[in-house]
Amino acid sequence: MSVADYAFYLFAVTIIAAAFLVVTARNPVHSVLWLILCFLSAAGLFVLLGAEFLAMLLLIVYVGAVAVLFLFVVMMLDVDFAALKAEMARYFPLASLIGLVILMQLALLYGAWTQAEGAPGLRQAVTPDLAEVENTRALGLILYDQYFLLFQMSGLILLVAMIGAIVLTLRHRTYVKRQDVLAQMYRDPAKAMELKDVKPGQGL
Amino acid sequence: MTSADLTLALPEILLALFAIAALLGGVYTGKDRSAPLILWLTVGFMLFLAVLVGATSGEARPVFGGLMVDDYFSRFARILILISGAMVLLMGQGYMQRNDLLRFEYPVLVALATVGMMVMVSAADLITLYMGLELQSLALYILAAFRRDSARSTEAGLKYFVLGALASGLLLYGASLVYGYAGTTQLAGIASVIEAGQLPLGLLMGLAFMLAGLAFKVSAVPFHMWTPDVYQGAPTAVTAFFATAPKVAAMALLARVLHDGFGAAPGDWSQIIAFLAVASVFVGAIGALLQTDIKRLMAYSSISHMGFALIGLAAGTAAGVQATLLYMAIYVVMSVGVFAFILSMRRDGRQVARIDDLHMLSTAQPLSALALLVLMFSLAGLPPLVGFWAKFSVLAAAVNAGMVWLAVAGVIASVIGAFYYLRIVYYMYFGEEREALDRDIGPVERVLLVASAAVMVLGVINLFGIDGAAALAAQALVR
Repeated sequence: MSVADYAFYLFAVTIIAAAFLVVTARNPVHSVLWLILCFLSAAGLFVLLGAEFLAMLLLIVYVGAVAVLFLFVVMMLDVDFAALKAEMARYFPLASLIGLVILMQLALLYGAWTQAEGAPGLRQAVTPDLAEVENTRALGLILYDQYFLLFQMSGLILLVAMIGAIVLTLRHRTYVKRQDVLAQMYRDPAKAMELKDVKPGQGL
Repeated sequence: MTSADLTLALPEILLALFAIAALLGGVYTGKDRSAPLILWLTVGFMLFLAVLVGATSGEARPVFGGLMVDDYFSRFARILILISGAMVLLMGQGYMQRNDLLRFEYPVLVALATVGMMVMVSAADLITLYMGLELQSLALYILAAFRRDSARSTEAGLKYFVLGALASGLLLYGASLVYGYAGTTQLAGIASVIEAGQLPLGLLMGLAFMLAGLAFKVSAVPFHMWTPDVYQGAPTAVTAFFATAPKVAAMALLARVLHDGFGAAPGDWSQIIAFLAVASVFVGAIGALLQTDIKRLMAYSSISHMGFALIGLAAGTAAGVQATLLYMAIYVVMSVGVFAFILSMRRDGRQVARIDDLHMLSTAQPLSALALLVLMFSLAGLPPLVGFWAKFSVLAAAVNAGMVWLAVAGVIASVIGAFYYLRIVYYMYFGEEREALDRDIGPVERVLLVASAAVMVLGVINLFGIDGAAALAAQALVR
């Protein structure tokens, strides 16, 4: 076994263990931390595959942004995770049975896994020759040329997500006092205040 | 990417641009005050696009290097989606306005969902398929939760979202297995690696996962759990939308994946589809028996009808696909009619949706009751109405493909299902005297209700030629 093989098994085992702990950890904050470990190991696997750009993206986007957002949400939401877990425990036997059956089927599939004769050729046909272009450029060529349509569609999906977030949460409040800078600047002391001479023993 | 690609994908591109323009227009002008205008513009634009799609002809042409395909099948489905989407948008306006839900994002979201559906039905690649599906679903999740002050509507949106995300996950997992075996995501490429007759194990597993995901989208049993809750919780105008265009899109997508990608081995997937079909027709028919809410009833009814449409697919032949397309077209017309009535069910100006509210409708609103009677008979599949011919064609396709048991099961379920449709008719004509529903049905709702009932009667003559178009579409798909 070469160093790369050792590294592969290290990352693979770490991913599975971390993913397991994400689900089982009692504290949701710990779950998020295990999830980060999961992402890190996945990034390691990408490096082993020679996809260093994707590895960096995974680190920046998932670990840097998504996981941190997760942490914020978990900390800000007042969710009783213990109650949720108790609810889940009711269905655990059935769920684990179904999971086991699917796992066994997938194991059978793994045992008999082959790929079509033409498959490696078809896989190669899409990507530019990696000996000539580095993989950031290769990704760009595919994403912005061949898959231009899909790139635009993902943009539309994000637009829908944005509209949705606004439609479902934005409320125009009329009672909120907003700062109006111009109105503040145009105020002058003569109109804003009035001096009254209050005599002792009398009100206004 | 060439100008030819852009020309072929023009309807989708135009609708997406229109949605963005409408969004900007809404934001920078009257906000929700301009909502009715935007809604009418969207309806007009969608009808215009339907004409545009209908005007193109010719053999199948790949678009964007085989990511999409433009053929008779996709044109048929796109026209159906555009017209039904426009009709539902139009008839929902009054309802949305009365319930203070008519925000300008509503038509924009419907338009974007329609873009997703149009991409879905013309997808020739697993990635395109997934993108279209997600664009559609995401817009639908938002629409389900559109009445954000109602706990039911929010629950509907959330339930739909969580379960929909799970279904998408299954679909993606299946797609990754398929890619792992075939080495390509293009449906034509997948078809090229299958030797006739039998699916290899990798493709079979991948297909099973993908079918689970797609069955969720057409609400076939056992992936139907979300349907009644979402139908009931979502605003009725949105429910009407759910019951029409997305169902057509998902069914067409299913047909596309099965025949374009896995058409060489129909024996392997037709048993899965047959199981989904039988389970759906029975659960749909039996589940509806005890419902008291008419929206829930329509949900079970749609499950059952999707089962019938799947019977056509299970046959695995061109005749089967033709029958399924015909069934979907007729089902959409019937749904539009029934929902046009449900949208206008009010008592003292308050929206109601219980079946009990229909008691003695025949004396209060004779015309509506008659139209609803025709639609219910048609939904139940009583001859000689068009609904009967829809059922007849799918069952005939199953028999011709040698699946007599499937057709027999369909007939039995259809008899069980007839009970609850006839119960509504019974209430309307022989029910108890109750406080009547409001008589002021909006003009659009009234026209659509009567028109769809008229289609059910007049269509018997020649089905308005839809039959021929469906045959052309089926031949484009099944080669």
